[in-house]
Amino acid sequence: MITGSEALMQALIHEGVDTVFGYPGGSIMPVFDAMFDHQNDFKQVLVRHEQGAAHAAQGYARSSGKVGVCIVTSGPGATNTITGVADAMLDSTPVVVIAGQVAAGFLGTDAFQEVDLVGVTQPITKWSYQIRRPEDIAWAVARAFHIAGTGRPGPVVLDFAKNAQVGMVDFKPTAISVDRGYIAVPETDPKSVAEAAALINAAQRPLLLSGQGVELGDATEELRTFVEKADIPVGCTLLGLSTLPHGHRLRKGMLGMHGNLGPNTKTNECDLLIAVGMRFDDRVTGRLDAYAKQAKVIHLDIDPAEINKNVHADVAVLGDCKHTLALLTEAIEEAKHTEWIDSFAPYEEKEWNEVINQAIHPEEGPLRMGEVARAVSEASGNKAILVTDVGQNQMMSARYFQYTQKRSIITSGGLGTMGFGIPAAIGATFGAPDRTVCLFMGDGGIQMSIQEFGTIMETGAPVKMILLNNNYLGNVRQWQELFFGKRYSFTPMVNPDYMKIAEAYRIPAQTVTERANLADAINTMLTTDGPYLLEVAIMQGENVMPMTPPGGAVNVMMMNATDC
Amino acid sequence: MEKKLYTLIVHSENIAGLLNQITAVFTRRQINIESINASASSIKGVHRYTITAWSDEDTIIKVTKQIEKKIDVLQAHYYVDGEIFMQEVALFKVSTPILLDNPLISKTIRRYGARIMEANAVYAVVEKSGVTDEISALRAELDAFNCVLQYVSSGRIAVTRDTAEHVNEYLEKINHK
Repeated sequence: MITGSEALMQALIHEGVDTVFGYPGGSIMPVFDAMFDHQNDFKQVLVRHEQGAAHAAQGYARSSGKVGVCIVTSGPGATNTITGVADAMLDSTPVVVIAGQVAAGFLGTDAFQEVDLVGVTQPITKWSYQIRRPEDIAWAVARAFHIAGTGRPGPVVLDFAKNAQVGMVDFKPTAISVDRGYIAVPETDPKSVAEAAALINAAQRPLLLSGQGVELGDATEELRTFVEKADIPVGCTLLGLSTLPHGHRLRKGMLGMHGNLGPNTKTNECDLLIAVGMRFDDRVTGRLDAYAKQAKVIHLDIDPAEINKNVHADVAVLGDCKHTLALLTEAIEEAKHTEWIDSFAPYEEKEWNEVINQAIHPEEGPLRMGEVARAVSEASGNKAILVTDVGQNQMMSARYFQYTQKRSIITSGGLGTMGFGIPAAIGATFGAPDRTVCLFMGDGGIQMSIQEFGTIMETGAPVKMILLNNNYLGNVRQWQELFFGKRYSFTPMVNPDYMKIAEAYRIPAQTVTERANLADAINTMLTTDGPYLLEVAIMQGENVMPMTPPGGAVNVMMMNATDC
Repeated sequence: MEKKLYTLIVHSENIAGLLNQITAVFTRRQINIESINASASSIKGVHRYTITAWSDEDTIIKVTKQIEKKIDVLQAHYYVDGEIFMQEVALFKVSTPILLDNPLISKTIRRYGARIMEANAVYAVVEKSGVTDEISALRAELDAFNCVLQYVSSGRIAVTRDTAEHVNEYLEKINHK
């Protein structure tokens, strides 16, 4: 017989967990006590705030493809993870949050640090479960990892009552084989594949939208083979940016509000839209009644509830896209759509001339976000993982980074969580220790998780942090300029001396203000062992362009602020 | 789109907290639940919910899929009235003095095929089972007599007219895996 806490350790080891992000507290102390004996079995990372634990688990999961784990105490420890849980839900990230809970006998009595965590998290988790007896640990942990990591991934919360942590149990690791209450992957109807193939074969102007599902399904190879055989241009969602490498002749850029002109415009000109592992988020579609109305739509997804949710699908191909893309590749004829693919070129040229060239190759004036992002990407050989915070730093780095490997972008897409960046980047260094992790953030977001500098200091997590500092909450400032009559309410910001903060945390750092020094500074950052903070003083008042105004049609993009 | 009264039949594991998750799907879309019933089903350990709500078909399809997606929900289906056998039950507590005073009241009760479960000097309890319209009609008539002390009606319960048993077939298929 072992304690419930030791049973949890055995169960985590059985699931192959190699890293745990955590923060201790009263109701979870028996678990942290058990962890003390397992410091050689998995890495144990003490974060500085429980929200950081959740985001770090997300960063770990998204860089590695494995389930991220965080362990926190009850009450405030648990509620502090909730932003990360909601973020993981919207972005389909496999995370298991294990939270302490008061002993079962105290449940419902408003005991110290008691929160109805299952009740609070049910709407924002794939599964929430309260472990009240040590006998339930083996099954609950096995099911938690099974549910979090299979099908459309998502967060699972285990609410672990203290009596179950200390109670004794005869532990045997369990595996979930059949689960009638959870079908991870829906069956693929061969008829849907045949119908989709017929539409693809008949299409003159097909466009494929590639989402994170392609990476979650480990189907980047299958995607490439498919689009090459059918000769279909591809637009990537924000989370799907690394599903097809830069430089591939069929990759036509990013979709959505700050995406590229080509794929957004062509969405309303194509005759067939093939959506793979994406969910037609409103930041991708703009106004739905003006979205791809001329096109037939094929939707490949693993989640039946996504079909027809926002955009009607003429053919829905349910299943794992690794499988369905391969089936489709088999079923279609080889095709050439040269004229259609060439028709993207004028839009690329227009965007280059009116937006991109100035953004990445400005010759004078203050440093700009785009040039920093492109310079960092190139200095890393376009091989780094890009982690972003949220705002202009996110859109600019996502736009101007170049991706040549899968799982190369980690960003808070659905929830848009400021403060996501630092802890997610820490997690990414643990999930992909062989890769360079570059974090872009603004002067707003850095301060929402700045305490995680402590985690970086303690672990030496080699996060290459690029702080784009314009002394503004830039994205809101942009909206105020464009849509709120230039009334800059709550957006100018007085900042601390970030060099002193970095110094206090013993993180090497420098500030760049001159274009002439940028390349050297980036080089120093990338060649310095361990973490680094590169603060770049960037132009104030720069806007992310092009832009589909909120509620606007996808194909009507502003190229500059005067288009407003 | 045209709004209709839809009946959802949901089968799930018998687990605390699931009802909450099911109703939350309606709440998120600002749909009022007209009636809800939870009970055992014909399958051991499987719970069954019968839920009615006014909605258009497009929305009710999405609601049904979101419910079916919940962990431990086995299946969810939606129906219109023509596709199900349905019943509700209502209880009326009426004043015995008024009842005795006006012979039309007991005539009305008989005309509706309602049943007097209990009668004493103070009150009588009338039970009526049927569809919503019949029960509402009886209620309107009894209200007019000013004799109703208490009224309660159950949620709709329903079984499908279909000859296929989706949940049984689903479970059989799972068990064969």
